[in-house]
Amino acid sequence: MSRTLSEADSKALLAAHGVPVPDERVVESAEDAAAAATEMGFPVVAKLCGDAIAHKTERGLVRLRLADAEAVRSAASELLAQATPDDGDVGVLVAPMVQGNRELIAGLHLDPQFGMTVMVGVGGILAEAVHDVAFRLVPLTRVDAEDMLDDLATSALLGAFRGEAAVQRDKVVDVLVGLAAVAEADPSVVAVDVNPLLVGADGVPVAVDALVEVAS
Amino acid sequence: MTDLVATSSTTSAVQRFQPMFDPRGVLVAGASSHPGKFGFVALHNLLAGGYEGKVFATNREGGEVLGIPCATSVDDLPDGEIDLVFVCTPASANPGLLRQCAAKGVRAAFVTSAGYGEAGEEGLAAQRDLVALADELGMVLAGPNGQGLVSSPSSLCAQIVAPIPPPGRIGVASQSGNFVSSFMNYAVQTGVGISRAVSAGNAAATGVADYLDFYADDPATAVGLAYVEGIADGRAFAERVRSVAERRPLVLLKGGASSEGQRAAASHTGSLASDDAVFDGMCRQHGITRAATVEEAFEAAATFATQPLPRGPRTVVMTTAGGWGVVTADAIARTSLELVALPEDLLAAIDEHLPPRWSRNNPVDLAGGETRDTIPAVMSLIAEHPAVDAIVYLGLGIQSNQARLMREGPYFPDHGLDRIVAYHERQDARFAEAAAEISERTDKPILTATELAVADPGNPGPAAVRTSGRLCYASSNRAVTALDHLWRHARWRQRRGLG
Repeated sequence: MSRTLSEADSKALLAAHGVPVPDERVVESAEDAAAAATEMGFPVVAKLCGDAIAHKTERGLVRLRLADAEAVRSAASELLAQATPDDGDVGVLVAPMVQGNRELIAGLHLDPQFGMTVMVGVGGILAEAVHDVAFRLVPLTRVDAEDMLDDLATSALLGAFRGEAAVQRDKVVDVLVGLAAVAEADPSVVAVDVNPLLVGADGVPVAVDALVEVAS
Repeated sequence: MTDLVATSSTTSAVQRFQPMFDPRGVLVAGASSHPGKFGFVALHNLLAGGYEGKVFATNREGGEVLGIPCATSVDDLPDGEIDLVFVCTPASANPGLLRQCAAKGVRAAFVTSAGYGEAGEEGLAAQRDLVALADELGMVLAGPNGQGLVSSPSSLCAQIVAPIPPPGRIGVASQSGNFVSSFMNYAVQTGVGISRAVSAGNAAATGVADYLDFYADDPATAVGLAYVEGIADGRAFAERVRSVAERRPLVLLKGGASSEGQRAAASHTGSLASDDAVFDGMCRQHGITRAATVEEAFEAAATFATQPLPRGPRTVVMTTAGGWGVVTADAIARTSLELVALPEDLLAAIDEHLPPRWSRNNPVDLAGGETRDTIPAVMSLIAEHPAVDAIVYLGLGIQSNQARLMREGPYFPDHGLDRIVAYHERQDARFAEAAAEISERTDKPILTATELAVADPGNPGPAAVRTSGRLCYASSNRAVTALDHLWRHARWRQRRGLG
C-alpha cells in the first residue's frame, strides 16, 4: 500500500534535492492567506492542501490569478469550506503565480521490470494524447538527463517560443537529477509527479505542483 | 583495481565459452540415420560446414551415419579429444550422457532436446536438475530446446536450421532460434558475415546476456546483435548490456514492444510509462542500438561491423540524380544527422571537377557532368574535408544498368557494344572500390545505397560493394537509418568520455 504526501510536503522533499519550487506558504485561515499573498506580491494562486488531497484540479481546489487581498481572502474561505472529513488536516497553500506558457511534466515511476525510472515529457492537458516522453533508469547522470531532452520529439518547445526565452536546459537537468536523488535517498518513494513543471517566460522551470507517493 | 577486475572477467568469459565456440572436437549425441531427425541434420550440417576439428557420434544402434562411425556408448570414445557435446537425445537420457561426457573431458554441452522448461512443471524440474548437474560437472550448458550454434573462426556449424552464413564480425544471440535463421539469411544475401551465432533456447543456465558478454571480449566479433523478448530481471539485464555496449556496439531487436504495457496508475508519470517507453529509455541510456524491425537490426549490425564510427553528425549526400538526393535529405532531417552546408573551400575544390550547373549545395548533385574519374575525385575531396563526418553515396550501378540492356539486346557485342558495356561495368566496380578505399583512408563512413542491391545484385556496382566486404543498402533511407544508429552510439560514447 502507499499514501500520498501533501503538496507542501511533496515540494519540501523535492526542494531538498534541488528541484526548484515556488516560494510559497501554507496557512490555516483566509485572513492569513490574504496577509501571505500581500507579502509575496500579486497575482497569486491558492490551493487546498492536505495529505489526502491528490486530485485538486478535478475537485476545483485550485484558484489561479488572484489579483488582490480580497480575492485571496474569499478564495481561501471557499477552499476551506470545500474540505471534507476524508481530507484530514488541511491548509491553504498560497504561491506566487508563475507566468509561462510552456508546461513540461517530470516524475519518478517504479517500473515492475526495470525498477525506479525518471521521466520528462511535454506536459499540459494534452500530455497523455501527445505522449512525448523520455524515460531513464535511476541512477541518472547529468549527461543522461541532457540526452532525455534531446529525445523529445517536440524539442522546438525548448527553444525560444512565442516571445518567451529558451528553456534553461541546465535547470531542467537539475530537476531530473534531483528527482533521481530523491529516489536514491528514500527507497520508500514509489512515485513522483511534477505536473506541471512550468517554464517561466525567463526559461526557468518551476515545479508549480508536485505529488509524492510513498510506500506505507 | 578496475583494470584488474575487467581483465579477469575478460579472461573468464572468453575461456568459459572457448570449448563451446572453438572446440577441439565435437560429439553429436543421438546421431540418427534418418534424414528427418535432428540427430541427422545436426551431424550433416556440422560436416557440411567444413568443421576442421574431430567429429564423433553416438547412438543406441551403432553403425555409421554420413561416414562417421557411431559408438553405442560415450565410454567407448577417446579421452580429452572432445570439448563440445551436441545433444540430440531424449531429455530422460541426458543426465547419464552428461556424466559420461564429463568423464571424457567434455566441457560444454549444447542441448537441443525438448521436454524441459517449456513443458510444464515436470519439465521445469528436469531443467533445474540439468542446470545443477552441469554446474556440478563444471560444464557450460547452452539450451535446452535450442537450435544450435555457428562459429566461423572454427568453421563450426552445429545447428539444425538456417543456412551456413559467410564468415564475418557480427555476433548473434537470440531467444528465438528462427531469428538466428533470419539474421543468417540476411548475411548470405548481403555477404556481410557472422562471427558467432547462437540460439539460447530455454536459456536455463546461459542467457542472451551471457553470450553478448562473451562477444564483447571476443576478438572475432565487432558487434553484438540480439533478439530478446521476455526479460526476467530487467535491472540485471540492463547492467549486463551496459557493460557490453561499453566494449562493443550492441544492436537489440525486442519482441513485445507494442504489448499493453500501460498500467492503471494513480500518477500521470505512471500512465505515460508504457513498457516500450521504459525499455527504449534503458537502451538509450546504456548505449544500445535498438532497432524497430528485423532488417533494420541486421543492417545496423552490418554497418557497425563494416564501417568506421562517425566522429560527428555532419553528412554529405553525393548523388548522380537530383530526386534521389532530395529524398535522402528528407530522410536525414528525420534523424540526429545533419545535412552539413558545404564550406566555401570545399565548393571551390569541387568546382574544379564539375560543370558549372552542378548543385553547389548538399546534396552534391553531380548533374550528369562526370567524366571518367569525377566520382572518386569528388568523393575524396568531400571525405577528406574536416567539416564532413560521413557520406551517403547514391547512383552506383546506373551505368551498368544501362549497359545491361545492351548486353542482353539483339545487337551485342557488335557495333562497339562490347567495349562500351565493359567500360560502364568497369566504372561501377571502380566507384564501389573507391568508396571503400576512401572510407578506410579517411576513417569516415561512406554508405552506398541503390535499389540495384536487391533488384540486380549481379550488377557490377553492388557486386563490388559486396566484394569490398561492405553492405550495399537497398535504399537511401535504410542507409540513413543505419548511419543514424552509428552516430547515436558514437555520440553516446563521446558524451561519456568512452574512447
